[in-house]
Amino acid sequence: MGLAYPLLETGIGQALFPYQSNGSLTKYGSTLVGQKWAGPKWFQGRPDAYNPMSTGGANLGPRSNTLVTEVRNQIAKLKNEGITPTPDLVTTSGSGVDPDISPADAYAQVNSVAKASNLPASVVSRLVKAHIRGPQLGFLGSPYINVLVLNEALAKLK
Amino acid sequence: MNFTWTIVALVIVLGISWRFLGQYMVSVYQGRTKWASFLERPIYRIIGVDPEVEQSWQRYSAALIIFSGFAILITYLILRTQGYLPFNPQHLPNVTPALAWNTAVSFATNTNWQSYSGETTMSYLSQMGALTVQNFVSASVGIAVAVALIRGFTRKESRTIGNFWVDLTRGVVYILLPISAVAAVIFMAQGALETLAGPAHIHNVLNGISQNIPRGPVASQEAIKQLGTNGGGFFNANGADPFENPTGLTNFLSIALLLSIPVSLTYTFGKMVGSLREGVAILAVMTILFGAWLAIGVSAEHQANPAVTAAGVTHQPVGNMEGKEVRFGVPSSALYNIASTQTSTGSVNSANDSYNPMGGFATMTGMMLGEISPGGVGSGIYTMLLFAIIAVFLGGLMVGRTPEYLGKKIQAKEVKLAALGVLVMPIMVLILTAIAVSVHAGRVGPLNKGPHGFSEILYAFTSVTNNNGSAFAGINSNTAFYNIIETVGFLIGRFAIIIPTLGLAGTLAAKNVVSSSLGTFRTDKPIFVFLLLGVVLIIGALTFFPAVSLGPVVEQLSSGKFF
Repeated sequence: MGLAYPLLETGIGQALFPYQSNGSLTKYGSTLVGQKWAGPKWFQGRPDAYNPMSTGGANLGPRSNTLVTEVRNQIAKLKNEGITPTPDLVTTSGSGVDPDISPADAYAQVNSVAKASNLPASVVSRLVKAHIRGPQLGFLGSPYINVLVLNEALAKLK
Repeated sequence: MNFTWTIVALVIVLGISWRFLGQYMVSVYQGRTKWASFLERPIYRIIGVDPEVEQSWQRYSAALIIFSGFAILITYLILRTQGYLPFNPQHLPNVTPALAWNTAVSFATNTNWQSYSGETTMSYLSQMGALTVQNFVSASVGIAVAVALIRGFTRKESRTIGNFWVDLTRGVVYILLPISAVAAVIFMAQGALETLAGPAHIHNVLNGISQNIPRGPVASQEAIKQLGTNGGGFFNANGADPFENPTGLTNFLSIALLLSIPVSLTYTFGKMVGSLREGVAILAVMTILFGAWLAIGVSAEHQANPAVTAAGVTHQPVGNMEGKEVRFGVPSSALYNIASTQTSTGSVNSANDSYNPMGGFATMTGMMLGEISPGGVGSGIYTMLLFAIIAVFLGGLMVGRTPEYLGKKIQAKEVKLAALGVLVMPIMVLILTAIAVSVHAGRVGPLNKGPHGFSEILYAFTSVTNNNGSAFAGINSNTAFYNIIETVGFLIGRFAIIIPTLGLAGTLAAKNVVSSSLGTFRTDKPIFVFLLLGVVLIIGALTFFPAVSLGPVVEQLSSGKFF
């Protein structure tokens, strides 16, 4: 009895939305699970743990010394790679596997990525612009760029 | 501007739900809706219930307790034996006794507090057959109690308040199942998982990364988790996990679902007691409280995160992004968590623990008011009606006249039952918090230091006793101490309010109806709205002001200090 409903929904999902119901998997991963991309060759996501088997936020409070130290380290790392730190690129997400970055986060990486991949900055910048999605229906949520999809497109350019 | 449109859309969706779902629930609980009797009848036959026979409040309560006990037992047994059962592609072992007990009680009481990570603890059978089932029935129990209380107001010299088994079954079959079935499909279309296949192993040749990606029948649980104001996540990250809440649209849908039944029940209430204006008055109080807390939460999160500022990123144009997802952004994250803590849902799409001090204040104190704005399915309106009885009692004291509410004389017995139902929660929260901070096993729980560590403990007991289930999730509560002491909060916070409420339903039903006169204090006017609002705020402030001062308030005031 209790199993009828989820099993029925599973049947519907597998029949109508097989790509989504099975995890939105591409050749290189899931577009809904972020990965650690080492810069500056690739666009990097937020400094999450990216362990999908242990999701969740870092849970450090707004007056946590540990958080101050971690953000400082991340700022130093980004500056070292020639990236001007943005708020999303120095903070961790709620899921720990945030697959997206904001347009500002991507534009902050354009120069370093272009240089490391021997591409003109204008081409990389256009690539970023073409991958901005949301807000959905024009008002739900915030604009975002999927890091995996962006890097897959970048790989094709290289 | 986008956020303004989000609010406008939410008001429209909830307005439609209020009018139509509210009316539909009237006919469901008055037994006039019959389209699914092919599902309903066999259930009565199996459990051996005559749906035509009504119960006294004592029998109604006894049936509810027996059912909940049975639900806890079944859930516990499935979790304890999942290692031997099918639908377990990860070969997860049986859940340990303390954790299985905590989880069984948590889900059967509509709390859905989770001391575990779903992705590495629960088999698909446990998720579907144990937890998803409890998502349905615990929600239906809540609505049943609310409907029984409303019947108490509408009946005259009656010994009965309805049949628990019928109310329970009809809530699941006619309301929760159909809406969830449709909502789950939308979740799937947007990217939520719905598969029985085990984790996917991927290897990315571009960056050399390998990942094991957990999967499962997520969308079906996600829909009822929101609709039934349950809130337990399939995965640890809950509504922040892109597999549970993939897009801005599912985020909006989640918020609309979790508010829809509690809001619509005010219509059901108004219609059943014969004056829609009474329902509107209750809805007005809920809306004012919700709006005020939403304003506090959203404006707090629009501020920069002090730790990020101190580290060197001073320009944070959108506000505090620590613990939030890029696709939702700041205001939609705050809206989700406020809606989830003002109901008894407790799912989160961003880390409460990393909210700015006043953002955390808003989510925590939203629960402390008793989760009445609009509260959990059923529990929101029945708790609000307890406050309403106290409000008319105070109104009666002021004018020196026996108070009446909805045509019923409110006498000592009713006021005592209402006061009991209202005071159980704060007393338990404060006692359990005091115990936890007094013993070593409690003090080792928090992750953060300083006032934020105290907030983690206070938040935990506020959440478990209010059957909310959200957390300042840094706290490590998967210990014997927390697993056991929390179940005290789950059980008392649920049943020590339900039993007085049903007792009240019984005594009200037994009374005659007095016709209102010129001297009757009108409860469908703005003055009553403000009186009720005052009662809620005063009781909340008097009981929790000292405790909250030691947590979020002191954290807000300790500007420039880090712990």
